[in-house]
Amino acid sequence: MSVQGIDDGPATSSRVIKGVVLLVCCAVVVVPFLGVISTSVASQRHVTNSGGFVLWPDGLNWDAYKAIFNGGVVQRALGISVVVAAGGTLVSLAGSTMLAYALSRRGSFGQRPILLIVLFSLLFSPGLIPNYLVVKEFGLLDSLLALILPTAISGFNVIVLRSFFMGIPDSVLDSARVDGAGDFRIFWSIVLPLSKAVLAVVGLFYAVGYWNAFFNAMLYINDTSKWPLQLVLRTYVINNTELSSGDLGGAAADQLPPQESIQMAILVVSLVPILIVYPFLQRHFAKGMLTGAVKG
Amino acid sequence: MALPGLALLLLFHYLPLLGNLIAFQEYLPFVPLGRSAWVGLDNFAVIFNGDAEFLNALKNTLLITLVQVVFVFPAPIALALLLNSLLSERIKRVVQSVLYLPHFLSWVIVIAIFQQILGGSGLINNFLRSHGMGTIDFLGNPDGFIALLSSQVIWRDTGWGTILFLAALTQIDPGLYEAARVDGASRWRQLWHVTVPGIRGLIILLLILRLGDSLTVGFEQIILQQNLVGRPASEVLDTYVYNNGVLAGQWGVSAAVGLVKGLVGVALVIGANKIAHIFGEAGVYQK
Repeated sequence: MSVQGIDDGPATSSRVIKGVVLLVCCAVVVVPFLGVISTSVASQRHVTNSGGFVLWPDGLNWDAYKAIFNGGVVQRALGISVVVAAGGTLVSLAGSTMLAYALSRRGSFGQRPILLIVLFSLLFSPGLIPNYLVVKEFGLLDSLLALILPTAISGFNVIVLRSFFMGIPDSVLDSARVDGAGDFRIFWSIVLPLSKAVLAVVGLFYAVGYWNAFFNAMLYINDTSKWPLQLVLRTYVINNTELSSGDLGGAAADQLPPQESIQMAILVVSLVPILIVYPFLQRHFAKGMLTGAVKG
Repeated sequence: MALPGLALLLLFHYLPLLGNLIAFQEYLPFVPLGRSAWVGLDNFAVIFNGDAEFLNALKNTLLITLVQVVFVFPAPIALALLLNSLLSERIKRVVQSVLYLPHFLSWVIVIAIFQQILGGSGLINNFLRSHGMGTIDFLGNPDGFIALLSSQVIWRDTGWGTILFLAALTQIDPGLYEAARVDGASRWRQLWHVTVPGIRGLIILLLILRLGDSLTVGFEQIILQQNLVGRPASEVLDTYVYNNGVLAGQWGVSAAVGLVKGLVGVALVIGANKIAHIFGEAGVYQK
């Protein structure tokens, strides 16, 4: 509202140009999604005839999805990604909220140095090789923990949580203390329930981070049976490695849908969780980002 | 209560800092850490003697940074100004929802989508083929690699980048537009004399922060596409460290390059912060 003035003399031509530019911007984002989804459900004949990429399907054909959910490599990777994202988010939220809560109460033990440790971690990263060596020395190579522990605590999220917790009045917590509640009791029964909104946002950010993590998986997981979905996507879609029936859990003689359809179905499967959480994320992130940026 | 989170941070963020010691060692993977022979600054020789591969990686890194500061950085500003000039709140919100989305996709997904559109059997080449024209090799062309990287960054992050600028635009006092109009300023002059000065501080701040990250450019994005265009065109400092260290086993040398890169990065951020303070901007240290 505040800047409406800028559009005062409404020139029709400039409005049309603006409309067209924005429409093109949106199309550039939407059309590729449409194509990916269409290709995954189009019939075999349609995909082959149009050279591998379909913008609008001729019908709904779920063969590609049936093929990848046949107990093979894709289904297993999906399971691993879900476990890592769920477990990782739990670890991250537990660690970050407790750390942030301790940092939010004035006069808690070691507050100043710990806050500096968190803030400095934002400033630099140790580097690829030392990170790899530490994970290796802990014996975490080829362990799913290697996908969780190194990235479990994001200093930025700790700061966001801390600035939210600092907004909870001391008097609320003091009255609980008078009633005989200990630190953990106060944290669990009062602080966390008051912070549902920020927990949801930070939790979703962590979850998206785990779901999308590709490089750590490539670095630390060599055992193909422990591959998360992003590695499967890299190998079979980006590097265009052919998937056989055997990879997908079928018999070797099984007839497969076109590779393009299967690839796009894998892509859709990896997109769906993001598309599901996106509306929730979207509602809160601007606020969350700004709190973090302003008060950090 | 702070203990679990603090422990994770110390073990996986601060302990690896000590691991940088191997930059001064002849590190062998199967010898326990700390037993390798100390070699002083030998591993840094590739940097100071101007090893050709290293210089190529450095050159590519700086070139990509330069191109992205000039072409990618202004994109969210332009988009934010465009969105801000819309009268309808509802249209604005719909457009924002659509344009924010790609930011939440992993690089693997973004690149897979780009391949579907630009690849050999992708949308555009299909169209060209079916109209009897020659196909274009967008993805394997070393000369176009930086343009490809930049267009991917623009596609993924421009919408997201508008958030901060839109927030800054709402802070501008509407009275200023009023006054400019009374003085007879056209809409372009209002944009130039009111809107742009209103977000100048933020632009400078973000620009300085971006420059502080000069040596870090799209690692995942590049490593995923490197085999298509080859290393000469696509090697940057981060991929150099990965390819020579983890893959080729030159641990010490790669750690040395990584360490120097990290130190220069910290120096650039601190320097950037100083400059930001000179411009009267506070609190640069958030990411």
